[in-house]
Amino acid sequence: MIELAYTVTAWMPGWMQAIAIILMKISLLMMPLLLGVAYLTFAERKIIGYMQVRVGPNRVGPRGWLQPIADSLKLMFKEIVIPSSANRFLFLLSPLLAFAPALAAWAVIPFDDHLVIADINAGLLYVLAITSLGVYGIILAGWASNSKYAFLGAIRSGAQMVSYEIAMGFALVGVIMAAGSLNLGQIVQAQATGLGLFSWFWLPLLPLFVIYFISGVAETNRAPFDVAEGESEIVAGFHVDYSGMAFAVFFLAEYANMILIAALASLLFLGGWLSPFDGLPVLGPLFDWVPGIVWMLAKMSFFLLLFLWLRATFPRYRYDQIMRLGWKVFIPLTLVWIMVTGVLVVGEVGPWFGHGEG
Amino acid sequence: MNLPGTQDYLAALPEIVVATLACIVLLIDLWSNDRERLLTWLATQFTLLVGIVLIIVQLSTDVTYAFAGTYVKDILSDVLKLFIFIGAGVAFLYMREYLRIHNEMKGEYFTLGLFAVLGMMVLASASHMITLYLGLELLSLSLYALVAMRRDSAQSAEAAMKYFMLGAIASGMLLYGMSMIYGATGSLDLREVADAVAQARSDDLILIFGLVFIVAGIAFKLGAVPFHMWAPDVYQGAPTAVTLFLATVPKLAAFAMLMRLLVDGLGPLHDQWQGMLIILAVLSMAIGNLVAIAQENIRRMLAYSTISHVGFLLLGVLSGTDQGYAAALFYTVVYMIMGLGAFGVLVMLGRAGFEADRLSDIKGLNQRSPWLAGVMLVMMFSMAGVPPFLGFWAKFAVLQEVVAVGLVWLAVAAVVFSIIGAFYYLRIVKLIYFDEAEEQAPIRGSSPMRVMVSSNGLVVLLFGLFPAPLLGICIAVFTRIELVIG
Amino acid sequence: MGIEKFLFYFFAAILLVAATLVITVRNPVRAALSLVLAFFASAALWMLLEAEFLALVLVLVYVGAVMVLFLFVVMMIDIDLAQVKEGFSRMLPAGIAVAVGLVVVMAVVVGPEHFGLEGFGEVPRHGADYNNTRELGMALFTTFVYPFELAALILLVAIVAAIALTLRRRPGTRHQNPAEQVAVNAAERVRVVKMAAEPRDDAPVPTAEPGESKEEPR
Repeated sequence: MIELAYTVTAWMPGWMQAIAIILMKISLLMMPLLLGVAYLTFAERKIIGYMQVRVGPNRVGPRGWLQPIADSLKLMFKEIVIPSSANRFLFLLSPLLAFAPALAAWAVIPFDDHLVIADINAGLLYVLAITSLGVYGIILAGWASNSKYAFLGAIRSGAQMVSYEIAMGFALVGVIMAAGSLNLGQIVQAQATGLGLFSWFWLPLLPLFVIYFISGVAETNRAPFDVAEGESEIVAGFHVDYSGMAFAVFFLAEYANMILIAALASLLFLGGWLSPFDGLPVLGPLFDWVPGIVWMLAKMSFFLLLFLWLRATFPRYRYDQIMRLGWKVFIPLTLVWIMVTGVLVVGEVGPWFGHGEG
Repeated sequence: MNLPGTQDYLAALPEIVVATLACIVLLIDLWSNDRERLLTWLATQFTLLVGIVLIIVQLSTDVTYAFAGTYVKDILSDVLKLFIFIGAGVAFLYMREYLRIHNEMKGEYFTLGLFAVLGMMVLASASHMITLYLGLELLSLSLYALVAMRRDSAQSAEAAMKYFMLGAIASGMLLYGMSMIYGATGSLDLREVADAVAQARSDDLILIFGLVFIVAGIAFKLGAVPFHMWAPDVYQGAPTAVTLFLATVPKLAAFAMLMRLLVDGLGPLHDQWQGMLIILAVLSMAIGNLVAIAQENIRRMLAYSTISHVGFLLLGVLSGTDQGYAAALFYTVVYMIMGLGAFGVLVMLGRAGFEADRLSDIKGLNQRSPWLAGVMLVMMFSMAGVPPFLGFWAKFAVLQEVVAVGLVWLAVAAVVFSIIGAFYYLRIVKLIYFDEAEEQAPIRGSSPMRVMVSSNGLVVLLFGLFPAPLLGICIAVFTRIELVIG
Repeated sequence: MGIEKFLFYFFAAILLVAATLVITVRNPVRAALSLVLAFFASAALWMLLEAEFLALVLVLVYVGAVMVLFLFVVMMIDIDLAQVKEGFSRMLPAGIAVAVGLVVVMAVVVGPEHFGLEGFGEVPRHGADYNNTRELGMALFTTFVYPFELAALILLVAIVAAIALTLRRRPGTRHQNPAEQVAVNAAERVRVVKMAAEPRDDAPVPTAEPGESKEEPR
């Protein structure tokens, strides 16, 4: 694949070739991602439909399969209304500020051994730093719309994201301690201790795993943490004044973030591209032929299903309860479990720790 | 690998124990339902006591560097910490009395005070610019919060805001100066800085540039003119309990900062910083004493008085001799004792919702409480430098050293300014003894408070009659250091 | 080397422009956003210095958390620009004089010739396996462990101070306690009281269950 790209671009000067290859890699990642986003919206409507004993969208295309295409076409051709008293520059800038970090974070996500755009040392830190920028899009959207509802949504969302980022960061600290690295590839490798799915970090770091995923749901403003939208109280929260493509970009960002959280949870706690039967008798060799990327995508799909399942199941949290959960439950819990992890790592408790790094 | 070992932990044991106990006090305060916060206060005093014991047990003239040279334990740090503990203990006692009188009891006054004490300890034994800076920030942050504690009072908020803003600027200057020194010497370790500075050309522009900023930063923290603007507002705006703490004990930490940075680190640049300190000292003594005369508010007057005392303190340091440093240390300790006494009397004069801090409030104090009037008389005479009180010996020691290094004109100026300053101290004495009392409310006070204020006055009197022990300690600190290093 | 120098100047230019915008832009929200941009550009500069940990933490902490809260404050308080700018033109000459003086002094003093750069030599470049995070961690937890712990204490004091200054219960206000609300169980929500049925005085006693008899005896 890479060789092919190099031969095709062989006529270019060195720097141009480098840029061309990078661009190719990016587009190779972006196309499936955007397609995934589109069909995640479809999956959401279908799955929640089935959970509520409905059919979901089934009119456009065979069994509704062209529904996302129709939706995106509709949104693209809709007029973008800019409220007359809005801050025009920030109003248009904020969807981009929400969307760009959601895409940029993907640069360091590996899908298989070395199948990654940028294999950098501090990959996890990079993801954390970049995703923490997404909040700007939301609070600026709320402010620039010059509307009370939008601003309320922005404030709620901002406070919520800042709060849950702490618990999320602490959960990641546990992972970093366990793996002894900030590089996502090495974190996955550290989980390959030959006991299949029992050698992954979800078992020793179970509380952190749960907290990470719940914080991830809160970070993406998904139900039951979707007070930022809160359609029953503040209409639609921060994007109440957005329409057309500007509105669509917010949604693209939200779903891209969901997929990102799913990918990270898979990488950090479920062994990324590792086979769940790796090293187990009989089953291990039986599934050796499956490429890593399939496992990775399967795990991501599982988490995405969880996202949708949560939305279909739980009513929306009340705001003060959200804050309590984040500050008074998750942060102390993660702190305690970081200490436990420290003991486990120092004590080289097998099978997860004590194999080289850690 | 440079892992800290047992000897490192042992050397820094006072800091470690005080930090741990401070956290425990925090928890005690969290779970105590006592409105009087007696348990918090007792735990705070217990912490200070443990600190004193630890220092005395380990008291020695050896110089020990710990934690890869970021921490130093020498006799100067030990003695400074002892005085800090004692001063803070007295201050906390006054603080408790004040908070009870004014019904503002909050445990955070003591916990934050304890963290401030910890910051001062760190400053006292810093041998690395990073440690020094962090100790300073720990101290300052606690003090900013303490000043702002009375959050419903606009005056207090204004004071805290000014203190915080100017303090932040001062920290910035200090850091900038340190970064310049780092650029010139390649190290932040004060020993290495001293070595590098000794080898550098004396006209090294960057060193001087950094020195200017460092001196400005320290002057801000000391409240020396022209960096004194925050002091009067903060002294007046903060609750008296906080003022008495921040006006007295942290001066020891500021002295430590002077010694560590200018003497230990930049000692070879003595010629350069001597000039700067002379300017600061003369201006402080002049402005402090002159402006104090015009003040109607006692706390504000004491602020300007502090400024002038800082000028005297700088005189001792700028002489550049060990005796000079000893005199400056002596002056600082004496100032702390006098300041505590004066503010202690003010605390006793106050009532719930009423700060007795205008000059008219102390008129005729003699009629209301001859004993308290006597204590105030001792404090004022001592601050003015009237023999045989302690303040006289402090001024005398400093002036002696200034003359000894040949700066006679400076000594003469200092004498002139302190004579001017005597005016407003004696005015208070006049108000106390020769004016009719406007206020007739009886003066109450808990018995520990009475005992403490009285002994505070007695200390000033007794040490004034027999200054040798206290002065001896201060001199011993520096001469023994000389023995060890030389 | 060419591309690196280009990147340096590129980000340095952004940094300078953004920093200037912070103090010149009229709209406070835009000023805060310019500050964000300035942080970002300086993070990129750190990245060029091979200090990726610091760069990312700068983005994470300052851009991702501190500036968000900052923006909140700026958005929520109504800043009267006229009041802020009051006395601006009066102070301007003095400000310019001070600034120019400072720049001149710094230009004289803070030049490479005074730092003796020739003595230092070129900074060694690290290979791809160099891990800035690991090196920093090593230094922080060994040589600088004492200052590191002090920094932690400063943060503790900041937390204590912030809580002491802001937490207060006004008497007479009502609070919900989410912890209690969450911990409630069904048995506590509804108390089922068993009691004997009593006939109402004014109403006729129903003779049969509804559904059994179609006609109420009314």
